[in-house]
Amino acid sequence: MIVATTRGFLGRRRERDPRLPPGQYDVGAGWPVLTAEATPRVDADTWTVTVDGLVDTPTTWTLRELRLLTPSVYAGDIHCVTTWSKLDTNFSGISFDTLLDAVGVQDEAKFVVERSTTGYTTNLPLDDVRGGKAWVVWEHEGRPLPREHGGPVRMIVPHLYFWKSAKWIERITLLDHDEPGFWEVNGYHERGDPWREQRFDGD
Amino acid sequence: MSSASTGTDEDFGVPDDRPGGPNDRRAAAKWRDARVVEVAHPAVDAVVLRLAVPERVQHHPGQHYVVRLRAPDGYTAQRSYSVASSPADDLVELFVERIDDGEVSTYLADVVEPGDDLEVRGPIGRWFVWSGYTRAVAIGGGSGVAPLVGMLRHAHDVDRTDRLRLAVSATTRDRLPYAGELEAAGAHIALTRAPGDPHAGRLDAAAIAALVDPGATVYLCGSARFTGAMETLLVDVGQPAGTIRVERFGPTG
Repeated sequence: MIVATTRGFLGRRRERDPRLPPGQYDVGAGWPVLTAEATPRVDADTWTVTVDGLVDTPTTWTLRELRLLTPSVYAGDIHCVTTWSKLDTNFSGISFDTLLDAVGVQDEAKFVVERSTTGYTTNLPLDDVRGGKAWVVWEHEGRPLPREHGGPVRMIVPHLYFWKSAKWIERITLLDHDEPGFWEVNGYHERGDPWREQRFDGD
Repeated sequence: MSSASTGTDEDFGVPDDRPGGPNDRRAAAKWRDARVVEVAHPAVDAVVLRLAVPERVQHHPGQHYVVRLRAPDGYTAQRSYSVASSPADDLVELFVERIDDGEVSTYLADVVEPGDDLEVRGPIGRWFVWSGYTRAVAIGGGSGVAPLVGMLRHAHDVDRTDRLRLAVSATTRDRLPYAGELEAAGAHIALTRAPGDPHAGRLDAAAIAALVDPGATVYLCGSARFTGAMETLLVDVGQPAGTIRVERFGPTG
């Protein structure tokens, strides 16, 4: 019952970039801002991030302290559920593995909830944020991360749709159960794998 | 956001999880063929599509639909568009701003005719929604007024226009979607490049201060630049940040 083709639509990009997941388009040099709440003003000097929950040593870091840890860069693509992808970009900060190693993950921990200063939350399986898959970053392409894009510090989990990458990150809590976050209770997919087009609840 | 507005069913006033009801998310996510019933071109850079959606899930004002175009070789392109119609409308009305180099919006504006079928899914999104049962301040810029028009029409349908205050901005009257309808509803209209027009002006601190209502939810929709500026004004004049819900329109073609 789904239309075989849309009458008269040929599409523009005949040479599809293999880096684009299905249904995504290349936004080029742009970087759209998508946020559901008012953009907060977070002071980099007083900002902290805490990793807690099912860990041996819940720990809070300032940005100054994070900068002393082993640096790590993500260079690659990011994908927003609203269908834009930004290809070949980069973010600098630290690997989230570094923080997990510091706090000591307990065996029962299976999920995480990222929380922003705004109260925004997003949930992920722990395996989606460890093993070189997630970063805590404060620079984009060599410059301080802009406020509207989550500055001073945000998470990035670039193998999933970008709503899984909380801006203005404040706390990451490890849990033994899944707790759906903000968009996950508002109609979006639990996991959000762009290569499987897991956009909305039911995909 | 964390305290004032929880995004839970209470916000909707009338929770309805029945199949086909507004919270039937799985049905809403299903792709279906909608029949284009009416096509209007209210301005050179806009098209209004009115669609008959089979097995339609009723939307909440503020929600959006996804439209997917499919080329003969299987290539697809999809974009999201806010619903400008009221839930009570028999058809789903989508307002589409035509972006000059936009792959989807140029097709919708230039090619689509009544009788065509379009693949759609929706309604989507449970955050930027207004039930009609709470006080709301709705602020829109340019094509960002489309979901607010859906709210306005719903307010008329449920006789709750007293609970919805509207402020909208565009460069000129031609660039303000649904200008006549918004004017008739008493919306505060600010046209930034229309010298001599009775609505010439900006949504400045004084205009925003007149809208502040800490007990209301603010629905703010428009470009990143517009919503960013409005957020700052709102918070500066005393609207709690946690009451502000934002829908930003990126440069999607």
